[in-house]
Amino acid sequence: MASPPHPWLKPAVLVGGLYPLAHLALAFAQGALGANPIERVLNQTGLLALILLVASLACTPLKVVSGWTWPIRLRKLLGLLGFTYASLHFLTYAVLDQGLALGVILEDIAKRPFITVGFLALVLLVPLAVTSTNRMVRRMGFPAWQRLHRLAYVAASLGVVHFVWRVKKDLTEPLIYGGVLVLLFAIRVAEALRKRRARSSAQVPARSV
Amino acid sequence: MRQKPPEPLGSEITSESLYLRRREFIKSAAFFTGTAAAVGAGLQLLSNRPTGGDGPSLLATPGEAPKVVRPRGPYDTDERATSYEDATTYNNFYEFGLDKGEPAENAHTLKPRPWTVVIDGEVNKPQRVDMDTLQSWFPLEERVYRMRCVEAWSMVIPWLGFPLAGLLRRVEPTSKAKYVAFTTLKDPEQMPGQKYPVLDWPYVEGLRLDEALHPLTLMAVGMYGRVLPNQNGAPLRLVVPWKYGFKGIKSIVRISLTEKQPPTTWNRSNPREYGFFANVNPEVAHPRWSQASERRIGELRRRPTLPFNGYAEQVADLYKGMDLRGNF
Repeated sequence: MASPPHPWLKPAVLVGGLYPLAHLALAFAQGALGANPIERVLNQTGLLALILLVASLACTPLKVVSGWTWPIRLRKLLGLLGFTYASLHFLTYAVLDQGLALGVILEDIAKRPFITVGFLALVLLVPLAVTSTNRMVRRMGFPAWQRLHRLAYVAASLGVVHFVWRVKKDLTEPLIYGGVLVLLFAIRVAEALRKRRARSSAQVPARSV
Repeated sequence: MRQKPPEPLGSEITSESLYLRRREFIKSAAFFTGTAAAVGAGLQLLSNRPTGGDGPSLLATPGEAPKVVRPRGPYDTDERATSYEDATTYNNFYEFGLDKGEPAENAHTLKPRPWTVVIDGEVNKPQRVDMDTLQSWFPLEERVYRMRCVEAWSMVIPWLGFPLAGLLRRVEPTSKAKYVAFTTLKDPEQMPGQKYPVLDWPYVEGLRLDEALHPLTLMAVGMYGRVLPNQNGAPLRLVVPWKYGFKGIKSIVRISLTEKQPPTTWNRSNPREYGFFANVNPEVAHPRWSQASERRIGELRRRPTLPFNGYAEQVADLYKGMDLRGNF
């Protein structure tokens, strides 16, 4: 069941997706981010990255479950918004928090699993962002492109691990995101199995002729 | 004779297709605005976690300046004090919520008077004393101390209080006393965070007796010339300026002298990350972040962390011969 074109949908999600950034930048400039503004920016950009990545990964399962096609049209935009916030999160850490002290940053990435995992998630998102254009899909061929973009699941899972390890106590919130990811994964697996069964049952009578 | 109303000019008539497109446009604009607002508000709701600073409720327990304020003691730092607002709205006090802004919002349920403190264990004069009586035993001193949180941020706070040593001498520790154990109030009605098993309630902390007797170790009843706000540990808290902030147990109801090292809350919860000694040490990293530098609240740039939080000259002797990597 195809959805109507809804020309407003993508621009609306883009504006809504960038709203927290504008809000954060304004509040930062006004000094309205409380006693530890850098911590606030770090926490919020990190959370936004995770939320938007999970949202982009929810598009396909949502289509499978509901039959709507409009979520698919948002997948790329949500993924790129997630990547944007993930990059800002890292830049906040590297520039504002650590003052670009390269030695400290490299030591953090190498020695502290919580940071290693977060950094790895960001690195995995880079090839996905680079290959996000339609031209790249054509150039790579859809199956190869699709295989590559399955890395998004790995990146989001690492994002959840990064979040779990960051929290000092009370794992409720990171585990909610983890739970949602598991559910989304399960829907994909179930759909893949259903398709395979449908294909093989369609082939059996053909062979028996 | 009736005149026919003038026909509008052809150029003035909106064509039907344009008329329909206009309706379509308005509808689209409405959907656009609605969707953008919903997405923006949703993301904001899920991700925006204020960490203090925007509640007017910090004065929920307005502090009157105590009558007796002594001149500054010999251990003061002359570094600029953190703003009162930051120090009272950016707090780790899990009994009132996990986010740093929550204690200032929620701590009004704590009733710091009447308040009783039990002093017992290996002492010759165990007692149960009313808070006002206890406070009247000692003149108040102002001490401007650096405070370093294990999370790598720091503040400078002018405390009002009295040395713990005076209190301990008054109750006369026996020869068996080696440690001092402190306990926070446990009352989920007054401390709503205790309804959740985030930590083992009540919060407990401890010091070795020589640390407790050190002249820097303070029992605080106020800060910034005022009564201690609830979120900062009213009515009585511990301040040990050369140790990470979590050692500074708040809202104390029991002080026990013990022969054995007492189990302490964060150490029991995660011994790999939070040691019993918790001395500020730039060379011993927390497993998840470096402790080599810190951010002073109110500043954007980090500054190097000093051994023993800058009090090495006064306290390093206490740890002579100890492996401070193993005993972190």
